[in-house]
Amino acid sequence: MVPLSWYLALSAVLFTLGAVGVFLKRNIISMLLCLELMLNAANLAFIAFSSFFGQVEGQLFVFLVMTVAAAEAGVGLAIVIAVFRNRETLDVDESNLLKL
Amino acid sequence: MTFEQILFILFAGIVVGGAASVLLQRNPLYSAFSLITTFVGLACLYVTLKAQFLGVVQIVVYAGAIMMLFVFVIMLLNIRDEDTAVDPNRFLVYLTIPLGAILLGALLYVVTKVNLAQPTGDEGGTVERIGTNLLTKYLLPFEATSVLILMAVVGALHLAKREKE
Repeated sequence: MVPLSWYLALSAVLFTLGAVGVFLKRNIISMLLCLELMLNAANLAFIAFSSFFGQVEGQLFVFLVMTVAAAEAGVGLAIVIAVFRNRETLDVDESNLLKL
Repeated sequence: MTFEQILFILFAGIVVGGAASVLLQRNPLYSAFSLITTFVGLACLYVTLKAQFLGVVQIVVYAGAIMMLFVFVIMLLNIRDEDTAVDPNRFLVYLTIPLGAILLGALLYVVTKVNLAQPTGDEGGTVERIGTNLLTKYLLPFEATSVLILMAVVGALHLAKREKE
């Protein structure tokens, strides 16, 4: 019998790794990958709670999160392609037109 | 230690190892492949949590569709090495370690307070149960998702299309 706190601790570790990655990485694609890591940490917490409460609602929510993640990846990568076409680089620090 | 706990530790090791590898790899292509490892480990964990359907969806949609999209885009663009290196002069790099430690500590502090026993006789997330709920009680969010996907398709096409000369 695995306690619920184990799953939640793993979810916390995953989320922290994703957040640290978003801070550390300069490449916009690597940042998007770390974003997916954070989304999956939330999914794991949802499914763990859903299983331990014996209700299916958490799993439905994960299903919707996955669809949103797919949409986010599609639009995000389209933006990456548009940025690369204009700037010839993926470094987020180079995309600074709005900077004062 | 029971068999389930050993399985959990094995899968958690795969998940955390993959996630750490995502951060440590400099080439985004290797990061993407490490992320696929993480997703496979997570799918195994979902199955141990009686969410069989989502375990399969995790592999098919996440490891299959979404990550392939990432890999295609990475291979489509010419990524130079200086784009991917971590800049040691950025102040964020030094802030990351304490901020990450604070975040992890706060989350673990909350998480260890949770104590809940798993109910017995629960059939878990079968396709039948999820499908019935999705198309009856939660029909509105389901339909809203289709509108969202349509918007994403139109937006992605518009953003990625070449400007007319």
